[in-house]
Amino acid sequence: MITESDIEHIAELADIGISKDEVPEFARQFNAILEYFSTIESVEGEGAPAAGAANAFREDEPRPCLPQEAVLANAGSTENGYIKAPRVM
Amino acid sequence: MAGTLNFSPDDSYNAFITTCAEAPFGDGALAGIAVAIKDNLSTAGIQTTCASRILAGYIPPYDAHVVELLRGAGAAIVGKTNMDEFGMGSTTGTSAFGPTKNPVDPERVPGGSSGGSAAAVAAGLVPMALGSDAGGAIRCPAAFCGIVGFKPTPGRVSRYGLIAHTSSLEEIGPMARTVGDVSRLLSVIARYDPRDSTMVDRPYDHEPSADIKGLKVGIPEEYFGEGVDERVAEQVRTAVGVLEDLGADLVPVSIPGMRYALPAYSIICMSEASSNLARYDGVRYGPAVDTKKSWHEAYQDLRGEYLGVEARRRILLGTLTLSAGYAGRYYAKALAARRNIARDFERAFSDLDIIAGPTMPTVAFRPGEVTDPLALYRLDALTVPASLAGIPAISVPCGRIDNLPVGLQLMGRRFEDERIIDAAFAYEQEVRA
Repeated sequence: MITESDIEHIAELADIGISKDEVPEFARQFNAILEYFSTIESVEGEGAPAAGAANAFREDEPRPCLPQEAVLANAGSTENGYIKAPRVM
Repeated sequence: MAGTLNFSPDDSYNAFITTCAEAPFGDGALAGIAVAIKDNLSTAGIQTTCASRILAGYIPPYDAHVVELLRGAGAAIVGKTNMDEFGMGSTTGTSAFGPTKNPVDPERVPGGSSGGSAAAVAAGLVPMALGSDAGGAIRCPAAFCGIVGFKPTPGRVSRYGLIAHTSSLEEIGPMARTVGDVSRLLSVIARYDPRDSTMVDRPYDHEPSADIKGLKVGIPEEYFGEGVDERVAEQVRTAVGVLEDLGADLVPVSIPGMRYALPAYSIICMSEASSNLARYDGVRYGPAVDTKKSWHEAYQDLRGEYLGVEARRRILLGTLTLSAGYAGRYYAKALAARRNIARDFERAFSDLDIIAGPTMPTVAFRPGEVTDPLALYRLDALTVPASLAGIPAISVPCGRIDNLPVGLQLMGRRFEDERIIDAAFAYEQEVRA
């Protein structure tokens, strides 16, 4: 059973803002969806990677990369050739 | 004969997010041919949004591998097509740029998430387009709009430059009005690229052949049973009868693991999406994050404001299914279900060449007719099994019900993309004749 406080907790984990009005609706939908997901609890066997998937290694050699201006061109906030982000501490 | 193609369509179906009024083209196999590109494929210098406000204005600094190949083949990239936001939907109704209408009946949805590409082709605005398909996103809109759509075997088309949504399932594929054009477009884009580490060097160089004498076609009971519109099932049985008339042998088959396909697909898809979409933080691209707020507050506010409700719902569900206490119950079980379904198909293919069934359980519906998230997820019931099994699948039009197109879905063994293209081609040639 997913409660409204579970929804608020998951939203914090995922860094997803949700409005107060959305919380009860999400809780109702999530309970229905999880009930549906639960049908797979009876599946037997171990999980495995997607068909044909395998690790692919290559030598750690430098390759050409995009110029600095191209990398910064889409950033919302830059300063002296750096990208600005919110304070971590 | 390099030049510029003028492209100013009357886009009354809202198939495009961005159009290129003057599209340059070059020499090659697709010289001067207008090709539309789903808006989750990176196009250098052309806005690429994934139909999300969080990427509005984003101009990729590089081309996806498939776009590079198209330009190299002389194609004119004429625009970026509408889609469900980040591919999250089956109606093209979750786009931040408004829904796309179905050109067959503008009162109905075109399917999704590659609905803009399907509509652009169906409306005759372009002869061919690229889409992407994680659980049916090429095949569903192809079926609903009455065109051909193909999801190749994973590893045949490079995903370099495809903006990630469901990395273990999503493939890029061609959409066109004929099987011949789908094959032509595939032969341009299916080229080895070491930048996608999941690639296999198996280029596609094939001329479709209509000779299918002796082809063993499996008919899975699960594709014609509960949840499938009886009229759709009947229409597809008739289409399969055409294959039989052409010399194919029909063999009943069962894919028992299919009953777990939808929940397994939803769990894998949402789990991967919750991880992939963590990159939308307004730092490197997208609307500028407020650097004066604290880290978490800034991201929560930005993502709450700029991501649509379905994207946020799926990120939350995916975060939940990966979190402590739930990952074993849901994510691990979903991976087991995926492997079981892959084995079911392998077993079936041990004495079959291809498997046939409907692409979609219904014909195109009206927006608002299906709104509950769970009911919408269930629409993918017949397309997700091939995705989970990692096998190629094509949807080819097979007639209409009340003037609405029905799609015949043909699935093949891994790396036998050519065989289902031949079967689709044989069917198409026969019904057109």
